[in-house]
Amino acid sequence: MDAAAEGSPGRTLRLMAIGTLAGLFSGLFGVGGGSVIVPLLVLSLGYDERTATATSLAAIIFIASFAAATQGLYGNVNVLDAVLIGVPAVAGVLLGARLQQRLQTRSIALMFAVVLLASAIELVLR
Amino acid sequence: MIGAIVIGLAGGVVAGLLGVGGGVLFVPGLVIFLGLSQHHAEATSLLAIVPVAIVGAYRHDRYGNVRREDAVLMGVLSLAGAAGGVALANALSGAFLRDAFAALMVIVAAQLVHRALRAPSAAETPDRKT
Repeated sequence: MDAAAEGSPGRTLRLMAIGTLAGLFSGLFGVGGGSVIVPLLVLSLGYDERTATATSLAAIIFIASFAAATQGLYGNVNVLDAVLIGVPAVAGVLLGARLQQRLQTRSIALMFAVVLLASAIELVLR
Repeated sequence: MIGAIVIGLAGGVVAGLLGVGGGVLFVPGLVIFLGLSQHHAEATSLLAIVPVAIVGAYRHDRYGNVRREDAVLMGVLSLAGAAGGVALANALSGAFLRDAFAALMVIVAAQLVHRALRAPSAAETPDRKT
């Protein structure tokens, strides 16, 4: 536990390791990296899941910005498409979070898993 | 143009509802519906994620759930990893990267099913009460 104490070198090293891993994952796949950060914060630093999710989102601001900037150097970023997706996505997240309070999300999660699988097949067959 | 807006809106709603990140939706959406290459889709998704993460973090921060120092440390120290990941992605062929991404989607789908079946309310965990 000492290694994970606030401000200790061990804690900083762990955060650095998590940041590096999340950065690799994010840069390689073009995603935020939350699915890497959240479990690592829970397992290695004793975070509860909600604090881990919240802190991961804040870290992703940096991670996705760095990765997007690096991709920009390769000339791969379609800025207009990113804006056209990112801005409505913000509205979508707010709406989704609101709906979450009222809906039973279990069946939605299962339906969405099917959509993901179908899209994965579509990608592979391309 | 409409296609991109629909991808963003739909991806955002699902992200808010299920706590799944936007990227896992933006990338296939950009490839399948807008015909972007895997590399361009990933790069564009990264930029689109930034405003989503800003708003998400802001909302959580109001409830005091963000450990700011840890977030900044992780974020700043991710630079080498992020640059390395992007370099690796660009060293790989589009076909290989696409198949790897498809595998990632299958894993995310499996996690969702697992969470949904474990407990009726478990799928709501990440964003609950915010």
